Amino acid sequence: MAEHTAMPPGTTGPVHHKDYHAAKMGMWLFLFTEILLFGGLFLLYASYRAKFPMAFHAGGASLDVFLGGLNTVVLITSSLTVALSITALRRGEITRCLWLLAFTVACAGGFMVNKAIEWGAKFHHGLVPGSEHMAGLPQGQSIFYGLYFAMTGLHGVHVVIGASVLLWVMLLIRQGKVTGADYVVLENAGLYWHIVDLVWIYLFPLFYLIS
Amino acid sequence: MDHTDESGRNTGGRGFLEPFGKGGVRSWIFSTDHKRIGLLYLSLILLMFAVATVLGLIIKLKLMTPGSTLLSPQQYNAMFTLHGVIMIFLVVIPSIPASFGNIFLPLHIGANDVSFPRLNNFSWWLYVIGALLALTSIFTGDGAPDTGWTFYVPFSERTTTNVSVAVIAVFILGFSSILTGLNFITTVHRLRAPGMTWRKLPLFVWSLYATGWIQVLATPILGITALLIFAERVLLLGLFDSTKGGDPLLYQHLFWIYSHPAVYIMILPAMGVISEIIPVFARKPIFGYNMIAFSSLAIAFAGSLVWAHHMFTSGMSDTAVLVFSFLTFVVAIPSAIKVFNWLSTLYQGSISLDPPLLYALGFIFMFSIGGLTGLVLGAAGTDIHVHDTYFVVAHFHYVIFGGTGLGMFAAMHYWFPKVFGRMYDHGRAAWSFWLILIGMNVLYFPMFIMGMQGMPRRYYDYLPQYAPMQMVSTWGSWFLAAGLILMFWNLYRGSRYGPLATRNPWGGATLEWTLPTPLPHEAFHHDPEAPEPYDYKGVNPDG
Repeated sequence: MAEHTAMPPGTTGPVHHKDYHAAKMGMWLFLFTEILLFGGLFLLYASYRAKFPMAFHAGGASLDVFLGGLNTVVLITSSLTVALSITALRRGEITRCLWLLAFTVACAGGFMVNKAIEWGAKFHHGLVPGSEHMAGLPQGQSIFYGLYFAMTGLHGVHVVIGASVLLWVMLLIRQGKVTGADYVVLENAGLYWHIVDLVWIYLFPLFYLIS
Repeated sequence: MDHTDESGRNTGGRGFLEPFGKGGVRSWIFSTDHKRIGLLYLSLILLMFAVATVLGLIIKLKLMTPGSTLLSPQQYNAMFTLHGVIMIFLVVIPSIPASFGNIFLPLHIGANDVSFPRLNNFSWWLYVIGALLALTSIFTGDGAPDTGWTFYVPFSERTTTNVSVAVIAVFILGFSSILTGLNFITTVHRLRAPGMTWRKLPLFVWSLYATGWIQVLATPILGITALLIFAERVLLLGLFDSTKGGDPLLYQHLFWIYSHPAVYIMILPAMGVISEIIPVFARKPIFGYNMIAFSSLAIAFAGSLVWAHHMFTSGMSDTAVLVFSFLTFVVAIPSAIKVFNWLSTLYQGSISLDPPLLYALGFIFMFSIGGLTGLVLGAAGTDIHVHDTYFVVAHFHYVIFGGTGLGMFAAMHYWFPKVFGRMYDHGRAAWSFWLILIGMNVLYFPMFIMGMQGMPRRYYDYLPQYAPMQMVSTWGSWFLAAGLILMFWNLYRGSRYGPLATRNPWGGATLEWTLPTPLPHEAFHHDPEAPEPYDYKGVNPDG
């Protein structure tokens, strides 16, 4: 329950209290919306895969399992380090916390570089959305690649957003605004990073391991 | 500063409307005060309402006589698209929750603000950006969007008009709506005053809570659908392109998975307002509190499972048609529960026909017609006959304008003295109500008949047999416009020159009526005692 205090003169609104439960609840609700945002695409995936099983098989075979697997390892490792960073901050080990977060952000960067190599190879083979080559593929294959670009693309945007948020939290920690006693911002950023990881855990088998 | 005398009468203070800090515009547009944000929303929503109403009047004027008059077919298509997009995404979706919900939800539960005040301000800014983008889409690119507000593929992928900008606006507005819902859910869970148990919550709060869940769980699907239209147009993904094996029907599914629950985002808060107003003006505790609260949640839940009743003629399997038809009938039950409970509350009550109650009764009348005709559309057999005709347009406007619109006007008349500290003229308010009610019925009822006779919606021209009723319908739009002008003028005059209002002019028992009039900057200095929200023993109008 929030305690209410009188508003100091000259402030621009009621006093804001820190309510950790509220902050966490708000974040979880937001994560639901993220899952549902991807949910629309998963729905399309399920429907089209049922319609074109062979095309999805052929499409999946054309993806590089090694690169995809590598990216999976990178993201899972980064999820571990972000969790460790929260523990470090709570123990007051600020330097260790910052290093762990820096490693997490580096993983995000590595993931994106890897992704760029993968996409680049696809583009190199003429698999560019809207191109004549794509239009000439057998029924369902251009749908597979369309979904591949849409879902991994939207996920990539989330990786970039997540990494930016982590960088911002690192700044707040350095400024002493997020501390071992007041760490809900880092915890929420970590939750967001886990959802980015979790979505990939589903994308990886659905695209790379179905052939 | 408490500008009230002992009896609670306003002595000329302006409460939270008064400048503080450095004052000026910045103290409004960057305010984190839920009351100021509520008023910011209200003013923009009403502005957008005025814009879209003018578009609607032009459409009716064009349809007054058959033949090619006033507008070109392309202009006509753009007009009904913009009327729909602005009304749905900029007016009706945010209407009551973002304005009156923001102002009164915290006060109803004994809190001084929502859980995330800065996020609240941010969501208003998203609304502003979304509104600006939507308006930009009209004036830039190769013409205003002409797809209808549903953006159906394949046309929305191929039209050269400015659909890409419009769907991005829809995406941003959806984000704004999500943040409001998220804020309200957390606020209801975390900021209730001690003793404010779930069964003591005013029913307006229950309805906003149910609405919040729909906003959070359904709106992301709209987000991804809007993004997909954008991606299809700009990145040429071809996911809905049937030449590549794509299925346009899947677009319709995705669109309605949000857009049907969205009509409950539109109607539930209005039902909450009606549940507040009816008992106050009947001087009787609300009948069936538990069932009204439960039915809000039931509508939110069941309403999420009926989306495909918009697609009975689109080529779904018969099994799907039957299942969705059945589920649609299920939603009618909690809606009817509410109507019967309101009527039972009025029964043997000590009724005073003040303007808020007039509008509330108008809601019940219009919503009942709109709701029952909804069953005609929900039944798979009859829907085949009236699908995509004027019957649908009439049904929708009865529910959304007659329902949500009148609910919004009822809220405006009910909470006006509390927000502005002054009272409007009751006689003019009653006149405007009757003009609006008659105008609505003359405007929309002929559409039911024309729809039964086969007049398709969205057509630019029509056969001579529909001419008389089209003419009558257009006359109705003028009555309606006159009523709206009178109502807004009356409220504006009231806010400037009306007599100063008292603390509790209607005799309401919810917490906001215990506060000074107009509302102060800070509502509660101590946690208030949670009242029985519908117990009027010892609570009397002090006007």
